[in-house]
Amino acid sequence: MAAEVVAPGAPVPGTIVEAPPITVRREWGGWQWLATVDHKRIGILYTVTALCFFLLGGFEALLVRTQLIVPNNTFLHPDVYNQMFTMHATTMIFLAIMPLSVGLANFIVPLMIGASDMAYPRLNAFSYWLFLFGGLFLNLSFLTGGAPNAGWFSYAPLTEKAYSTTTGIDFWDLGIQLLGIASIAGAINFIVTILRLRAPGMTFMRLPPFAWMTLVVSFLIIFAFPSLTIALILLMFDRLVGTHFFLPSGGGDPLLWQHLFWFFGHPEVYILILPAFGIISEVIPVFSRKPLFGYSFVIYSGIAIGFLGFTVWAHHMFAVGLGDIANGAFATGSFLIGVPTGVKIFNWIGTMWRGSLRFKTPMLFAVGFVAMFLIGGISGISLASPPVDLQQTDTYYVVAHIHYVLFGGAIMGLTAGIYYWFPKIFGRLLNETLGKWHFWLLMIGFNLTFFPMHWLGTEGMPRRIYTYFPGNGWEVWNMVSTIGSYILGLSILIFVANMILTGLRPRQDVGNNPWEAATLEWATTSPPPPHNFDEVPVVYSRYPLWEDREPVEEHGGVAPRSPIGPEAHPADEESAVGEGEATEQGHHGHAFHLPAPTIFPLIMAFGLVMIAFALLFATPVLKLTFVLTGVVYGIVAIFGWVKQVSA
Amino acid sequence: MAALTADHSAHALQEAPPTGLESLDIRKLGMWVFLGSECVFFGALITTFYVYRPEILANHPEPREVLDIPFTAFLAFILLMSSLTMVLALASIQLNRRRAGAYWLLATAFLGTCFLAGQTYEFTHLAHEGVTLSSGVFGQCFLILTGFHGTHVFVGVLWLLACFARTLRGGFHGGNFIGPEIAGLYWHFVDVVWVAIFTLIYLI
Repeated sequence: MAAEVVAPGAPVPGTIVEAPPITVRREWGGWQWLATVDHKRIGILYTVTALCFFLLGGFEALLVRTQLIVPNNTFLHPDVYNQMFTMHATTMIFLAIMPLSVGLANFIVPLMIGASDMAYPRLNAFSYWLFLFGGLFLNLSFLTGGAPNAGWFSYAPLTEKAYSTTTGIDFWDLGIQLLGIASIAGAINFIVTILRLRAPGMTFMRLPPFAWMTLVVSFLIIFAFPSLTIALILLMFDRLVGTHFFLPSGGGDPLLWQHLFWFFGHPEVYILILPAFGIISEVIPVFSRKPLFGYSFVIYSGIAIGFLGFTVWAHHMFAVGLGDIANGAFATGSFLIGVPTGVKIFNWIGTMWRGSLRFKTPMLFAVGFVAMFLIGGISGISLASPPVDLQQTDTYYVVAHIHYVLFGGAIMGLTAGIYYWFPKIFGRLLNETLGKWHFWLLMIGFNLTFFPMHWLGTEGMPRRIYTYFPGNGWEVWNMVSTIGSYILGLSILIFVANMILTGLRPRQDVGNNPWEAATLEWATTSPPPPHNFDEVPVVYSRYPLWEDREPVEEHGGVAPRSPIGPEAHPADEESAVGEGEATEQGHHGHAFHLPAPTIFPLIMAFGLVMIAFALLFATPVLKLTFVLTGVVYGIVAIFGWVKQVSA
Repeated sequence: MAALTADHSAHALQEAPPTGLESLDIRKLGMWVFLGSECVFFGALITTFYVYRPEILANHPEPREVLDIPFTAFLAFILLMSSLTMVLALASIQLNRRRAGAYWLLATAFLGTCFLAGQTYEFTHLAHEGVTLSSGVFGQCFLILTGFHGTHVFVGVLWLLACFARTLRGGFHGGNFIGPEIAGLYWHFVDVVWVAIFTLIYLI
């Protein structure tokens, strides 16, 4: 097609034609799922597994809350209590929120950018299996002498062998290392996919916000996780070999653990929240029937948060005595990082302003997100001040903050994404009535559970205590909080029931675009065919499916730009952010080549877990057996995998 | 399932005319991103060493006294030469001179193995001097850092041997050299890390 000037609104040859809904028969054979390299299947695997771990983590939380319902309670033994809150946090962060984000991104991002799969489909499968096996490995600790019990951030020297004598910490150490490898591999995959596999015409500033946030998060993972890996390796050597990296009696420095951990830990919280920001930035425009207000601000603020996130880690360490200059510097950065975050709130409100609002369940959760995250953000800003933090750190005030941003923020955002994309993934709409029950019960339960914690913390209730004495004035709010947590649990059960009941119904004919959304994933069938798009879409704006309805306003211009495609001018002036716009030439128009299913990623992941097991055993024979087993699996996997690549 | 033929990304992309970002093959980009994470990995290890440096200098003999600088300088030279042979290997393969390329790859692997042998000698020598993982702050920091670097070299040597075998059998040639190219990226990175370690730990 020659590069023609196109009148606004006229249909252009080569643009997206909404394909007629096709009935796709899915193969449900077990083997298919073990060997799949299809990003859609892997996305479903991630999401379902993450939801299972979410239920487990929630159960652990309910046990914690039950123990705290009255003072001097004896429901849980103190050590069991320690295991519960440690595993609750570890599970929620590493096994629920992150994989939920990755799962949704896995399914949706390639579709959003018009690609037929991720850049490295086999590596994608490997990431999933390593996540599953790593999560199971971590939870195996319950059966082998006790789960990790030193808090999710496992401060040294408490975690040293002398003070944590069970293998719980070792399971935690090795399990998180495995999960870290899975995350880094996934991040590499997303970066290369988003940078290289975009449809023609999809410049960076036309990339949907969820894809953008996934890109930023992937860079955060790349640069943050190795710090955690090193911390874990040093701890592993301390515990297993007898070094003294963190043991003061041997010349070690416990603060080194904190620095290494939080250098990872702070970017980690942005890893947890940015995908939800992206989802909300997709949902609110659709259900306001308006483009995202200030798209550029949303994107640039996301990037800014990514950068600044690496400069504020020591605000988790205000109480260790770093000194005034260090505290001041980190406090400044922590206040500063509130600015790009706050900007987004205005973007979302501005999108809804004078929009044509439809309060379907995804929108309910999106609006709830804005409100709840705002509260969490404000309590976070107060914690950015070292003098305030000296009072509030390690109290329930911090617990309130983290749950408002992680549950009221990340989880609600991801829930919005699940309700939003469920019809695309499964070809069925989740039940609206149950959805509304879920939402309102959640809002009531969530706020009853966590809002009182602001007061409890300010009144001095510390974190991680298994019980408390009467007479402190903490009794009432603890009971309210626990009752709220049961209501919250009920709302989650309704959500699960909704998903199961909807899944069991026969496939509905929801059409390609039941929400009348704007982005490319809605241009193909629900669910999509294995190759995603019958015809590679060409993109002219941020809202490809809205182009024929209204002119897209981008800095004053209204006409769709000339096509950028395989035959078009490469020298098109696009306001891209640095990188080249015209994506790969010659790739499109070919038949879709999809890599064959293969079991080797699973074998490779299994091999790594075998090696992790090896490190847990004391006797050399068992050690050697497991190491050799793991190595053999690994070699077999590498050969099989590489053979596939070159086939 | 749709037509399941060969992996889509590499083949089509290698035929594409290079302009801007498109010239960066998908697998090369992936390796660069991975190397970014490795920078933080080694950076954290070097940082750990520097965090403990005041204590090391106060309680132990200066690293310079226990480390054999001339010997390790020679090891650094070997590794640098291996990067040269790597470049020659890739150039030969790109020029379709497969036998030459294969044997340059073998030379690179050989030099890497020499480096590893030298490191092993150094570690045993240090053990005789009483510097081990459990001997104190210097021992643990130094050995973990150089140990992980050595592990990376070892993985690289295995990879290079695999590339060597495949080049001899005709798998890599003027039209398909992405494998050795990515291996080369990794190998040069490992070399650069050694230069950094040598400078920051041995010399300063």
